[in-house]
Amino acid sequence: MAQRSVVIASPVGLHARPAATFAAAAAAAPLPVTIRKAAGGDPVPAGSILSVLTLGAAHGDEVVIEATGDGADDVLDALADLLATDGTAPRATDGAA
Amino acid sequence: MTTPGGPGDDGPAGSLSGVGVSPGVVVGPVRRMADAVGQPPAGPPVEPDAREAEAARIVTAMAAVRDDLAARAARAFGEAVEVLEATALMAADPALAGAARERVTGRGLRAEAAVWEAAGEVAATLAALGGYLGERARDVHDVRDRIVAALTGRPAPGVPSPGHPFVLVARDLAPADTATLDPAQVLAIVTEAGGPTSHTAILARSLGIPAVVAVPGAAGLADGTEVLVDGRAGTVSREVSDADRERVARLAGAARRTFAGRGRTGSGTHVPLLANVGDVAGAEAAAAAGAEGVGLFRTEFCFLDRHEAPSVAEQAAVYTGVLAAFAGRRVVLRTLDAGADKPMPFLSDGQAPGEEPNPALGVRGLRTSWRRPEVLDDQLRAIADAARGGSAEVWVMAPMVATADEAAAFAARCAAHGLERAGVMVEVPAAALTADAVLAHAAFASLGTNDLLQYTTAADRMLPALVGLNDPFQPALLHLVRTTCEAGARRSRPVGVCGEAAADPALACVLVGLGATSLSMSPAALPDVAAALAGASDEDCRRAARAALAAPSAAAARAAVREALPHLADLAL
Repeated sequence: MAQRSVVIASPVGLHARPAATFAAAAAAAPLPVTIRKAAGGDPVPAGSILSVLTLGAAHGDEVVIEATGDGADDVLDALADLLATDGTAPRATDGAA
Repeated sequence: MTTPGGPGDDGPAGSLSGVGVSPGVVVGPVRRMADAVGQPPAGPPVEPDAREAEAARIVTAMAAVRDDLAARAARAFGEAVEVLEATALMAADPALAGAARERVTGRGLRAEAAVWEAAGEVAATLAALGGYLGERARDVHDVRDRIVAALTGRPAPGVPSPGHPFVLVARDLAPADTATLDPAQVLAIVTEAGGPTSHTAILARSLGIPAVVAVPGAAGLADGTEVLVDGRAGTVSREVSDADRERVARLAGAARRTFAGRGRTGSGTHVPLLANVGDVAGAEAAAAAGAEGVGLFRTEFCFLDRHEAPSVAEQAAVYTGVLAAFAGRRVVLRTLDAGADKPMPFLSDGQAPGEEPNPALGVRGLRTSWRRPEVLDDQLRAIADAARGGSAEVWVMAPMVATADEAAAFAARCAAHGLERAGVMVEVPAAALTADAVLAHAAFASLGTNDLLQYTTAADRMLPALVGLNDPFQPALLHLVRTTCEAGARRSRPVGVCGEAAADPALACVLVGLGATSLSMSPAALPDVAAALAGASDEDCRRAARAALAAPSAAAARAAVREALPHLADLAL
């Protein structure tokens, strides 16, 4: 099984748009991916926005994502990148809409 | 003839009457907003050999709901896009699907009961996490209701989108419903509940959609029925004649009134006509509509849905955008108005919303700064930063001021940030009654007639049963307006009006007659108010004001004002 440990970069934590972007990307992956908090807790399906939200992962929390099978490393690299670089799209005009 | 002041019953000619809250006359087919979905009955267990087929219905229904929400997201604008995209993702959530499926295959629950239970469990988990995640429980409930509606063959909850223009009929509209309301499709809004200052009314006016609220028989209007809606008279007629259709077509074809950019009475007295705005886009639209400035910038919109207060830099960026739309002109910023119907988690100090037995009389408006002074200081710092960066004339005012001491304290804190034009909202009767003392400290006052009215008549403005008491023609409200304006005149302080009353062309003349020095409203109301004022001399306005003050009731005041201002009828106002 391949795994990556990542610290959540998004300032709002793994909530709102960051959670939606991450879950959509994980759901689109060719392999099932799970996510759990490094501090403990059961892994949950990363492609489920509801499960990702209920992790309650905050900014700075460490999470572990895992997958098994061909191409698992590539899938995890892409997802880890989303979490670690806040590639989950910060809002450009917060509150201005 | 209907009485615009209060709801009436079914009229003789298939006509319903309520309270007209946004003017305009249209003809169109009714589309009802579906009623809330309730918990589906458990029913007898599904036979084991039928369970796979039953479980498969869940997958189909969830996919259909996801597709519908995704299609709505593609048609929506602004923040609504993000909300809809996230709910679309939830609608097809694999964990939710799995949990519902297990309840069917394992326990023999019917599909809708399984979805109800599984979603309820997720929502409870989120609610227990509190804060931002707790609020997402609402989204899960929305998704659950949509899936259950799809499984039981009922229309989806929320604003319908039949693909053609329609008259929206609902019990009431929640702020969430209005996020996806498309003004090009919704010809008019008719609600059974609500009052002149309800969310529905404010939204309809800001979008320029004709609306009638507090219509008792609205529930009886069937989908597809063609109705004539008159948003000024407050009527909904089921009998539409050819003459009606011609009239509507004529009105639609006639050149719409526009605002030239300077409010004047018939005597030439300048009465600045300003706009109420909530964000940068609103300010830009208001400037395009010709507003002479901003009379009320509701700053709380950048605080909503936040679990921490936005940073000074973030606030300053939003304020700068609004000020830039009105370079060289007046912009009145109201500091954070939290509490009551706009709870903000970061101000509540762990206190759950609803813990105050009477939030309208609780720690709201300026009062939240007693416990969290740094939130106000940060906001004033952000306003001062934005003011220095532009050329707009920046005025700042505090909401819910009750006493002269509060006004003095607020002015002192503004001064500490270099903000010299510090004023107060007058929306508490105590402030109006002691306006002279309040204005000894405040550089200006702005009458918030919506709250001032509900506090004066002790009538919750959201309760349809109390619509008559929340009529802005109530003479008691007008007496408080006069008291405040007189104090302003004695102390040479401007006293404006930024409540919904200022958007009513007849009342606008009355308010000017009572001494209001500026009027602030939804930009859509500017042309009609400007036309009404231009046709009334200063003395006409004062005469109308005297007639209203002397009237024994709101209805009598309205009638007396219309008699004193015959030009309104000529202008079709």
